[in-house]
Amino acid sequence: MSGTPLIRLSGITKTYGRGPAAFKALEGIDLAIEAGEFVAIMGPSGSGKSTAMNILGCLDTPTGGSYEFQGVQVERLSRNQRAMLRRYYLGFVFQGFNLLSRTTALENVELPLIYRREPSAARHEAARVALQQVGLQGWEHHTQTELSGGQQQRVAIARAIVTRPAVLLADEPTGNLDTRTSQEIMDLITAFNREHGITVLMVTHEPDIADYAERVIRFVDGRVESDRRKGEDA
Amino acid sequence: MVWNTLLLALRAIRRNLMRSFLTILGIVIGVAAVITMVTLGNGATKSVSDQISSMGSNLLMVIPGQRFGPGGSGASNFKRADLEAIREQISAAEHVAPMVTKSVTAVNQANNWSTVIYGTSNDYFPAGNWELAAGRDFSETEERAGKAVCVIGETVREKLFGGQNPVGSDIRIKQFACEVIGLLKSKGQSAMGQDQDDCVVMPLRTVQRRLSGSQDINRMMVSVRDDAAIDAAKAQLILLLRERRNIGDNEEDDFRVMDTRQIAETLTSTTKILTMLLGAVAAVSLLVGGIGIMNIMLVSVTERTREIGIRLAIGAMEREVLLQFLIEAVVLSSLGGLVGIVLATAASIFLAGLMGIPYLFSPGINLLSFVFSAAIGVLFGYFPALRAASLNPIDALRHE
Repeated sequence: MSGTPLIRLSGITKTYGRGPAAFKALEGIDLAIEAGEFVAIMGPSGSGKSTAMNILGCLDTPTGGSYEFQGVQVERLSRNQRAMLRRYYLGFVFQGFNLLSRTTALENVELPLIYRREPSAARHEAARVALQQVGLQGWEHHTQTELSGGQQQRVAIARAIVTRPAVLLADEPTGNLDTRTSQEIMDLITAFNREHGITVLMVTHEPDIADYAERVIRFVDGRVESDRRKGEDA
Repeated sequence: MVWNTLLLALRAIRRNLMRSFLTILGIVIGVAAVITMVTLGNGATKSVSDQISSMGSNLLMVIPGQRFGPGGSGASNFKRADLEAIREQISAAEHVAPMVTKSVTAVNQANNWSTVIYGTSNDYFPAGNWELAAGRDFSETEERAGKAVCVIGETVREKLFGGQNPVGSDIRIKQFACEVIGLLKSKGQSAMGQDQDDCVVMPLRTVQRRLSGSQDINRMMVSVRDDAAIDAAKAQLILLLRERRNIGDNEEDDFRVMDTRQIAETLTSTTKILTMLLGAVAAVSLLVGGIGIMNIMLVSVTERTREIGIRLAIGAMEREVLLQFLIEAVVLSSLGGLVGIVLATAASIFLAGLMGIPYLFSPGINLLSFVFSAAIGVLFGYFPALRAASLNPIDALRHE
């Protein structure tokens, strides 16, 4: 490995609360992630894996340490600049899907493009293609309540990749889905990683879901316990 | 940016049609109620003051006694000499008309009708703002000799003659026949609700000789010249009558002089109070509508906070989210306000027609209620969003 990694965390800490009741969710995380990697973050509940994910996604701010994204110091960015980072480089998939209610699949997928000021014709076309890529052609005008869980997560993936982000962050993307649907969703995410070179960071607690990744980082008690690449010895 | 955000706001409104409708409804009802009530109240006030000015402007009414109405205080009536004195000595007086009233039944062939006879002079017509629709007024001979001639009001014509022209025909009053020489132009109801057209006007002397049997005059109407001060004329008149009726310096007047402006002020102040009362009741409904808006907006805050979280995660900036919510609130509130104004205008025109009062558009109250409702809508649509958008995206997303 050479040059600047896509993401570098050094000594990241996160503390909730103050004084004696303070809880240290992260106790100094050092991590480097290269462009194009598919990384699974595992660990028991309370190990800090989701907290780390939210910090990586600029949805939350760390208490201490340094976070570099493409060589840029994220903690020095303003609120608006972090919004720009999310807008142009990051895509999110959540466990609870987080689609806008009473809104069609197409409009949900268009949303990030509206914030990117894409003209309406290009926006429609890109959203349509993205829905096609996740296998939802014909479902463009259905709203959240008319879609199954798997379909909702496909819409969420389409919304995340429609902007061709540098990094796709997925927080327990299969947590609310059955085994077969989970496999379909993971196949989709893997495809976007392999075919479009999108870096994937995924939090999960299921070993067979983590098997899709090339690299597995294990968190315990707010620290990195192990960091293995596929093919390396256990 | 604004165009984009407008698109987002309109989509959000469409997504939440029910909530948007309820928000608008509160504003619509509040705005419509306030505007309708105040507009109708203003119309009623206008109609009262119109009717009073139809009695004649700058008019002084002189009645014996201090009390208005029957019963009296035993004060003596006026004489013809009083009338002449006023004519000669009050320079501001334009027309001075005597009045003797008598309730009678008038008959024409098979029709009869109970009405009021005014015994007066030709001065009565200009002083009371009457115009003739047909025929003529009294000649000098008729007035001097007390001839049996009369000018009738529109109501009397209708009851006694139906659709026919009455001029030249005779009507019978008590024992004598009386020739109709003129017809008054209709004036409609008076401010007190009397039918002003229900009258028969005769020369003073005719009534005194044939009906009242005395030389007394019950009332006098004095119209003041346009260029003269009515208050000064009134004071002069009071002084003159005190002198003529031998009232000592320490005694009170045994007669009363009223001007139409006084009557108008009394009556319009009543309708103005009513307008304020109705407006206050309607303002309560505007307030209740406002509270309804707050309620709907605050209830949906949990859902909206998560929505804000999603938007922030996707890459929206705080101010873009806020602008969207602001536009949403402004569009909804002003739409509600406009619908309310349209509804109020329609309702006011309809109700004013039904109640027979004029419709007066009042820009002030339209603007006031619109601004008030819009302010409530914007305040309660915008401020919950202000709090949510300042959260960390992850906290907004996890909001329960």
